[in-house]
Amino acid sequence: MNRERTRILIVDDEEIVRESLSGWLEKDGYTVSTAHDGPSAIARLNAERWSILLVDMKMPGMDGLQVLEQAKKIQSDAAVVIMTAYATVDTAVAAMKLGAYDYLVKPFDPEEMSLMITKIVGQQALVRENVLLRKVLKRDYRFRDLVSKNPQMRAVFELARTAARSSSTILILGESGTGKEVLARAIHAESPRSQGPFLAVSCAALTETLLESELFGHERGSFTGAVARQRGKFEAANRGTIFLDEIGDITPKLQLALLRVLEERRFARVGGVEQVEVDVRVIAATNRDLGKAVEQGHFREDLYYRLNVIPIRLPPLRDRREDIPLLVDHLLEQLGVETGRKVESVSHDAMALLMEHPWPGNVRELRNVLERAVVVASTSAIQAPDLGLLEPARGGGGAPGDLATLEQVERRHIAHVLARTGGNITQAARALDIDRVTLYNKIKKYHLREVETA
Amino acid sequence: MSAIYVWWIGADAPDQVMLDGVRAAVSRSYELPARLWHGEERPADTWDPRRGQHSSTQILRWLAGHRPAGARKVLAITDVDLFIPVLTFVYGEAQLGGHAAVVSTARLWAGPDGRRLVRARLVTESVHELGHTFGLVHCRTPRCAMARSINLAAVDDKRPTFCAECRLQYLERLAREGDDHEQGADADPDRR
Repeated sequence: MNRERTRILIVDDEEIVRESLSGWLEKDGYTVSTAHDGPSAIARLNAERWSILLVDMKMPGMDGLQVLEQAKKIQSDAAVVIMTAYATVDTAVAAMKLGAYDYLVKPFDPEEMSLMITKIVGQQALVRENVLLRKVLKRDYRFRDLVSKNPQMRAVFELARTAARSSSTILILGESGTGKEVLARAIHAESPRSQGPFLAVSCAALTETLLESELFGHERGSFTGAVARQRGKFEAANRGTIFLDEIGDITPKLQLALLRVLEERRFARVGGVEQVEVDVRVIAATNRDLGKAVEQGHFREDLYYRLNVIPIRLPPLRDRREDIPLLVDHLLEQLGVETGRKVESVSHDAMALLMEHPWPGNVRELRNVLERAVVVASTSAIQAPDLGLLEPARGGGGAPGDLATLEQVERRHIAHVLARTGGNITQAARALDIDRVTLYNKIKKYHLREVETA
Repeated sequence: MSAIYVWWIGADAPDQVMLDGVRAAVSRSYELPARLWHGEERPADTWDPRRGQHSSTQILRWLAGHRPAGARKVLAITDVDLFIPVLTFVYGEAQLGGHAAVVSTARLWAGPDGRRLVRARLVTESVHELGHTFGLVHCRTPRCAMARSINLAAVDDKRPTFCAECRLQYLERLAREGDDHEQGADADPDRR
């Protein structure tokens, strides 16, 4: 669990208490903030999420119990601990009845305080992990799971959220790996159809015949191997959503079949005559330029307009680099649950590398890079070499005839010396006859840092 | 050239062997020069008669205003018992990412024959509190100097050195601070 993710709010009217307690907790790596009275604590609760509240019982105006009562209404999952200098059974009972996590009598033992906070953080991490695990298993993503600070992306979420409430066909456009299916799942989850099924079909993965059968089903004996009647994805998705990925890759025959389903909401299974009526919301996606495909005659214009009712364009990751730290945090939490390995953060250098990478494979590529890093990381923080984004360092001056720049040669040589010293900066600096700080700065400059083993 | 200054601000006469041990240990762990500072001034208004202890937060405030010229960090050592308002006691306190730290021997005491043990504990806690002034937070590796000191058993489990991860973080922060310690450390005969 990332300790920085645990946010603690201290509510006390005494400045020295706020200062010393926040200083003490910050040294545990928690994010700590303070409020000097009840009303300002309530304002902070309305504005931000908090994991733990440490609230003084006796404050002028709004007392600790009143803060507790309000806090439970605003953020029921935040753990509220009441602190008091004057313990009475009555107030303790009142606090517990109002939902306080615990009740501490000031001054308390450092060990008691430390164990209590660790226990709360552990319990909250378990709850979060449980929720996350369920999400991973059910692939149940909602808009609150989609993270972005980027204005273009936030506009996408807003449009998608509005579109989710209707039954209109949606066309999601974006490069590979931008999260088209995740967005489609979130739209389904927030739609009135959320209790119905969500079925995803990759149209590029199958041949025309197989895809036709996959979408519309088939009757027994309709082709070799069709030993029984089989329902298609459209039938199975009745009262739910069907996600047709890579729609730009379907053949003209299937384009026509799909157009009919969209117009008439019914179809016949392959080899059958009986019309099957369905109530399905279609979300299609493609990384191709469908408008251009229409112009070139590769895609039916009528189908294009049927699909393009609500177009949503997902920007590539390189156009929303400010989201990378947020996505890294989010993906590390998911990967922690999936892989069972607790990697909590990314070092300064590794993050710099992630921010610089062009990400042609977008969020999917970022996820894959982090998954690799989580597996190979030897510490709780991912280091730059763990990402596998660095060029393999070659020793010496490079290949014969290689007209390398001085910087390239320097980078290779430092990488070579570091490899020889097992990443030991002190030994490497001695071998290179430069001081450690100079070496350290060069390692940073060339993103060469290895975890020091000395 | 900036160094770590170790300053005895206790009530009784200092144990010179102990202070010298602290100075040598912090110099070794931080690879920076460290000096003993013999200032006669002592922090005022830190005694709380209700608690019968000294406020470590007030001591830090005083230290921040009395940092000797040329001191990169100032580590005060005292023999008085320290507290912060919500806790019964603290072994020490430091400004996270700041310049001042204080450690007390009052709770490190191990009986009349335990002088060596007290010295070892003081060295560990001194390295620990100074780590906070470089922005390091608590570490979960029990033997690392930055592991939390919730009781004496935890203090005794630690070593006055960093684990690989904390060491890396320290070096990173040092480089970011704009470091000039290489020359200074080389000039310090007690460094190695």
